[in-house]
Amino acid sequence: MDNFINLTQLITPASLIPLFPLLGFFITALFGKQLKHFSGWFASAMILLSFGLALHLFLNLPANQSLNFNLFNWIKWGNINLAFGFLIDPLSLVMLLVVTGIGFLIHLYSIGYMHHDEGFSRFFSYLNLFIFFMLLLVMGNSYLIMFIGWEGVGLCSYLLIGFWFKNDSYNDAAKKAFIMNRVGDLGFLIGMFFMLFYLGGLDFETVNANAINYPAGSSLLVAITLLLFVGAMGKSAQIPLYTWLPDAMAGPTPVSALIHAATMVTAGIYMIARSNLIFALAPFTMEVVMWVGVITSIFAAIIGIKQTDIKKVLAYSTVSQLGLMFAALGIGAFESGMFHVVTHAFFKALLFLGAGSVIHAMGGEQDMRYMGGLGKYIRITWLTFLIGTLAISGIFPFAGFFSKDEILAASFGANKTVWILLSISSMMTVFYMFRLFFLTFSKSFRGTEEQKHHLHESPWTMTLPLIVLAIFSVGAGFLGMPAVMSSTHYFSQYLAPVFEGSKSLITEHHHADHGTELMLIGIALSAAAISIGLAWSFYVSKNQIPEDEPQGLSKWVANKFYIDELYNTIIVKPIMVISDILFVLVDKLVVDLIVMAAAWIVGFTGRTLRLVQTGNTGFYIFAMVIGMMVLMFIQLVY
Amino acid sequence: MLSLTLLFIPLAASLLLLFSRGGLSRNLALVLTLVQLGFTAYAYTVFNAEGAVPFDFLRNWSAKPFINVHFSMDGMSLLMVILTNLLLPLIVLSGYNREIERPHIFYSLMLFMQFALNGVFIAFDGFIYYIFWELALIPIYFISFNWGGQNRTQVTLKFFIYTLAGSLLMLFAFLFLYNGTPTHSLDWAVLISNKACACNQTWLFWLFFIAFAIKIPIVPFHTWQPDTYKTAPTQGTMLLSGIMLKMGTYSLIRWLIPVVPEGVKEWQYIAIGLSVAGIVYASIIAIMQSDLKRLLAYSSIAHVGLISAGIFAMNLTGMQGSLIQMFAHGINVVGLFFCADIIFNRTQNPNVEGLGGIRLVAPKFATWFMVIILGSVALPLTNGFVGEFMLLFGVYEYNTWLSVFAGLTIILGAVYMLRMYQKVVLGEPIMENMVFPDLYWNEKVVLISIGILIFFFGIFPNTIIELTEPFLKTITK
Repeated sequence: MDNFINLTQLITPASLIPLFPLLGFFITALFGKQLKHFSGWFASAMILLSFGLALHLFLNLPANQSLNFNLFNWIKWGNINLAFGFLIDPLSLVMLLVVTGIGFLIHLYSIGYMHHDEGFSRFFSYLNLFIFFMLLLVMGNSYLIMFIGWEGVGLCSYLLIGFWFKNDSYNDAAKKAFIMNRVGDLGFLIGMFFMLFYLGGLDFETVNANAINYPAGSSLLVAITLLLFVGAMGKSAQIPLYTWLPDAMAGPTPVSALIHAATMVTAGIYMIARSNLIFALAPFTMEVVMWVGVITSIFAAIIGIKQTDIKKVLAYSTVSQLGLMFAALGIGAFESGMFHVVTHAFFKALLFLGAGSVIHAMGGEQDMRYMGGLGKYIRITWLTFLIGTLAISGIFPFAGFFSKDEILAASFGANKTVWILLSISSMMTVFYMFRLFFLTFSKSFRGTEEQKHHLHESPWTMTLPLIVLAIFSVGAGFLGMPAVMSSTHYFSQYLAPVFEGSKSLITEHHHADHGTELMLIGIALSAAAISIGLAWSFYVSKNQIPEDEPQGLSKWVANKFYIDELYNTIIVKPIMVISDILFVLVDKLVVDLIVMAAAWIVGFTGRTLRLVQTGNTGFYIFAMVIGMMVLMFIQLVY
Repeated sequence: MLSLTLLFIPLAASLLLLFSRGGLSRNLALVLTLVQLGFTAYAYTVFNAEGAVPFDFLRNWSAKPFINVHFSMDGMSLLMVILTNLLLPLIVLSGYNREIERPHIFYSLMLFMQFALNGVFIAFDGFIYYIFWELALIPIYFISFNWGGQNRTQVTLKFFIYTLAGSLLMLFAFLFLYNGTPTHSLDWAVLISNKACACNQTWLFWLFFIAFAIKIPIVPFHTWQPDTYKTAPTQGTMLLSGIMLKMGTYSLIRWLIPVVPEGVKEWQYIAIGLSVAGIVYASIIAIMQSDLKRLLAYSSIAHVGLISAGIFAMNLTGMQGSLIQMFAHGINVVGLFFCADIIFNRTQNPNVEGLGGIRLVAPKFATWFMVIILGSVALPLTNGFVGEFMLLFGVYEYNTWLSVFAGLTIILGAVYMLRMYQKVVLGEPIMENMVFPDLYWNEKVVLISIGILIFFFGIFPNTIIELTEPFLKTITK
């Protein structure tokens, strides 16, 4: 009974969580002009309030319990009731803390970063709106509420990528992101139809309860999960729907950090983790998820090696890391996938914000070929960026080490080929990250004198988030230490209730013995060391700088394997041509011609018959006689 | 008597307006449409409290042929009446700072149109319904003909003859029904009962279907529409796209499906196939349209294609979705054409290609334009989403693959809308010396009202469902 009272007491704070950012959106949107730079502080405060409430829920929600409540009936017809409600459980709490926590830090950072921008208030209103939708996405107690957030964050992503709307290539990138996401959303939508039709509802509880009546591998569940995965591919930028994410770097850097690295793009992973039961019941889909993840991970890592734009490297790295997370989900290591979501959120946000600080110092320059030697000018950025780089490289004891190690260990148990491929992808990650680090911070400065003169460390609102994120990039990993180091894995233990149902369905093969575990750690760390060594020898010892016009294979890689050009040729262009053809040939010519022909026949008949009306009585009598004869003839014959 | 009052106010207003002049006309028109809106709100409360009874009006008009003047009300009728009377003040207000010649005749015709539209939606006798259906055509013909743009003679004539041909088919259908029904009655309640006509339902289906398909319009009966929307003055286009085409979709549910159930069942697959094909066809054409109004016209064809697909799915979900979407589309399309009008009015450029940079000089306009586009591309929490979700689910219940094909609208819709928005509103200005004042007060009122409606019905669609579900349940069983 005590617990029951406790839970209902949590309903109000839970409902308030998304309301603060929504309020922030309205205030900053309507009174942006009056508030001026205060709107940044106001917007940040709203997120901090949400974070406080999320923390409150985290501390007060009894273990092994969840809070599931409906606020009102949204769409209710026939015998279907689609309610608007929230679910607070360990999984959504983890996401809530990440979204509001990192969200707050990035808001704070943006106050410094966007200080001189004329759209300052507008920027914060979009950011608040984004947080609102992201919170709906992770708090919704049904696929439909998740979908509201899902499309809503897509909208905010569109608005923020195209934030500098005067530049048409930015607008193109924004439009591309929205449309590609919509392709995925269609999959999500049809998946929901299947659930609504066969599983009797869209809320997680009903879906799960009815799904277990179907045998594992039933075609219905495979269809549903594949369709949901199409949605996840769009949102989380997996092959073939990944090309929007690198272009999305057109947005201001804090946006890249928040939306296109730490939170929104991990929505696909969250969705599958949330649906772990139905995915576990569809082994075929799990296989697909795993392979798409593995292939994306490697493919994006290869492209990342040859990029020269500092943000593009990080973008491909994000695609690659997301692939790694999907691979983890695909082999059934849901909590490892989620663990990597969390650690990745910290270090990737850190890296992007660090890159933002670099770009800020460089006066807008993003090309690493014109950087170099920045380490001595911007110490805090340099140090925190190094921590981020070590974390993503999976060096002990940084956060990425623990989560990546877990995924690799799980894949080793599940499928050796996958393990090898993921290890290669991780090696490449270490290489391009240190390539980026060395090119940016080591050796001597390669920019103009003017830029050199201008180099400065960022204000405290920007460096403070860097420091906090750096601390978490070191510390977050200890939440989930491998069995060989510690007997409790806090993170998995906390999430265990969420994945309880699917545990029994997944063949448990990722508990390697300590010896194997140590061996795997050894292999991973030596591979990382080799990669760092290689990067060092290329970019520090030999002081190489990426060439302007690479040749041969490098050219293909630098041009991202011409995938954008391919999509343009086989999809975009044909649709444009078909559009013109349908309009000019079919609509204007054929369809309208038939209509006009019908009208013409009527007119022609009228004009022709008019000629018969001559006014000549003799002709009328003649016609009458002929007519009578014809009638008599017909009478006789029949 | 409430029904008669609903008709009387706009009719009297229409006559009264003939005696006004100049600036008084538009003010008077606005006040009178607001009076009608107020009365509609009152009617809504009465309907909620007492149901259809206070609205029933039944008098015999002629004994041979047997014709009754029969007006009544149910949830669906009321919804359409609300839509009509809600949009009219907005449409009047949207023309406030435009130069309109002979405004007293213009607004008089507009209110006459309102009278006819109200009549169509509350007529429960086929004959009376037919009269109002035809009456609605007359004012819009004169509006387009006298106040239209280029090629108006040719375009309006085509529109008039095309829709009139459709009406002729409908007249035949009613004649068949009248002769075939033992009691010789066109009363709706009789026609939908078992006592009705034992006529050939295939013939009836096609006569009604083509008549409504032209009005809606369903591809391939649509070629009158893009040109007419482009040529008609914007207020006329708003009337046509916002309300008048709903006469067609409304009539599918009111007259075709319950009166000709067997025929519909037999030919359902063609009707739904044409509707869905039309969605994709019109969406693809919309992508490359260079004329802004014509682009919106094609997008409208795509949207109503989905509405009719949902209706022909013949299940509760699809029909409920169609009603929600009719209401939503009415609001959104009026907003979209108004935005197009604002742009044309300030730049004299009808072409998507030559525009750009408006965001820079008119941020308020750009924002509200975006909001309406969001409704149109069916973002969740806007009115467009609920309708589209239910319509697609209705089609899904009929056939899975068809719903995937119809669902392409959520991708293609984003393509043509965002492409258009980018070319027209974003980027650097292309036109030299572009003078583009931000919204005037009347434009603000119209766009903000539309924006509020978009979110209100996106968040509380149950207001529409509760109103219309009892009726829909009787015809879907």
